[in-house]
Amino acid sequence: MALGLSVIFGVVRVVNFAHGEMMTVAMYLTLTLFTALKLDPLVLLVPIGAVLFAFGYLLQRALINPFINRPEHSQFMLLVAVALVLVNVQLIIFGPDAQGIRTAYSFDSFEIGPVIADASKVYAAGAALVVAAALFAFFRFTLLGKAIRACADNYEGARVVGLDVKRLYALTFGLGAACVGAAGAMLMVVGDVTPALGPAYTLLAFVIVITGGLGSMPGALLGGLLIGVTEALGGVLFTPSAKSMFAFGLLVLVLLFRPEGIVGRKAS
Amino acid sequence: MKLLEGVPRRGAILLAALLVLLIVFPLFASGYLLAVGFLILYFAYVGQAWNIMMGFAGQLSLGHSLYVGLGAYAAAALYFHFGLSPWIGLGASLALCAAAGAIIGFLAFRFGVAGVYFAILTIAFAEFARIGFDHFAWVRGSSGLFLPVSNYTQNDLWNLRGSPRMFYYVMLALTVGAFVLCHALLRSRMGYYWLAIRESPEAAQALGVNIFRYKMVAVVISAAMTSVAGVVYAFYYNNLFPEQIFHISRSIELILGPIIGGIGTLMGPLIGALLLTGLAEGMRELMLQLGIDVPGVKQVFYGVCLLAVVMFLPDGVWPPLARKLGLKR
Repeated sequence: MALGLSVIFGVVRVVNFAHGEMMTVAMYLTLTLFTALKLDPLVLLVPIGAVLFAFGYLLQRALINPFINRPEHSQFMLLVAVALVLVNVQLIIFGPDAQGIRTAYSFDSFEIGPVIADASKVYAAGAALVVAAALFAFFRFTLLGKAIRACADNYEGARVVGLDVKRLYALTFGLGAACVGAAGAMLMVVGDVTPALGPAYTLLAFVIVITGGLGSMPGALLGGLLIGVTEALGGVLFTPSAKSMFAFGLLVLVLLFRPEGIVGRKAS
Repeated sequence: MKLLEGVPRRGAILLAALLVLLIVFPLFASGYLLAVGFLILYFAYVGQAWNIMMGFAGQLSLGHSLYVGLGAYAAAALYFHFGLSPWIGLGASLALCAAAGAIIGFLAFRFGVAGVYFAILTIAFAEFARIGFDHFAWVRGSSGLFLPVSNYTQNDLWNLRGSPRMFYYVMLALTVGAFVLCHALLRSRMGYYWLAIRESPEAAQALGVNIFRYKMVAVVISAAMTSVAGVVYAFYYNNLFPEQIFHISRSIELILGPIIGGIGTLMGPLIGALLLTGLAEGMRELMLQLGIDVPGVKQVFYGVCLLAVVMFLPDGVWPPLARKLGLKR
């Protein structure tokens, strides 16, 4: 179930190799604020989302926009460099040890028939669903959301109609970062954080997004679910430590047979 | 000499000087500097191999640790279990990696996986191998494969056991070989096909270039070359862990050199490896002198340098440098 959280990653369209690293930033923010203010991480989700939004917006404006028309490998290098800096700044500040937080309901659990679920996981999953729904509504029904989708659909077309594509890209990146921030806050409820977590989550996010379909929100949700189930099944049927192999196997299959993802539309 | 055709006189002289410098380097270097020198050559070599795929044929691979790992494990396991010489193991490594490259290339190019998707496909295969080898008992799984070590008084080139100096020269020979090979490839008919494919696959195909075949050749050559580095790596460090050797950070590490130095250039991987490794080790030394012992500072600095190069020198360090040296107009 904890994996289901990473669903939220799927929203960002830009190939962001610093994704997991940004999430650990959010997790450390949660940790710091929690110890300082004794607020529930699920409440902190909102301010942390806002901070990460600003971070993402600025990152896009300052660093990534000049790279939009550069070849892929150079965009990739840029984000790898950003990721490298982020991970190691965290390492300097927080040290390499895993740190976690305890909430009042850390040890509570719900019993629904034969199923026993951790309270913290249930709350976190609920929060994830709320965020996902809000985002979905934003893209579907607001003017800004539609404008962003227009940019993703057709860069030139959007410019012709008079949209400020650069600003919208920055906004999108900010939004993606905000989601990552929220996800980070939720994950803090469920588990511990170390700087080394970043790269692992970047990979996971990639697997999920590609499996579901790059740029498709329902696809990201579905991809998250599918990968979660695949890993859980793989873990049960074989050894738990080999479970990620099945996720990568699935990714390879999807890339080969349906590169646009399970839900994604065919690229023209 | 046909090989030197098209090389400016000045370039040839500078190259020769560099080669002489690299050959006499171990005579003066301390053990530590020798290790740094080995690392530089190692990265220069693997970077050169990767460059064939990305720089020449335009296929971005982010999973080259797969070939390093497979090559290393194949030769090391044969030595470990049967006492076979690494030079025989090398054959197995070459075959294995060429096959792996061919499979990945075949799947990717047949199904039209390109660009970022191709890069992610290569990551997926490398990660798959990493977790797979973690559970592969014959090579000791996640607890790692250790090669027997004792104090060697003599250099045993046949079994690749010996002093760091011997490894340095082996790596130097490989690097020079790779340089010459790449130079020859670039001037061959195939080299020009690759460049055409890199610049525009559609146009190349329209002109009758069999892009599938030449992309395949690029992947296979690159994979096989990388595996050789894996073999040397295994016998230099004497221990192998799937968690390390197949890890994605390794794939990224080995492509930083050519990107910093200049993608698609012959000197790029060399210059890049020299700069990056030199910078990293220099930083280490500086930290030691200043008495700062905080893990991560080095990497932050590294990241910032990387950022600066990508932002301000999009073509890498070599092209502007070459112009400065008067090698290119």
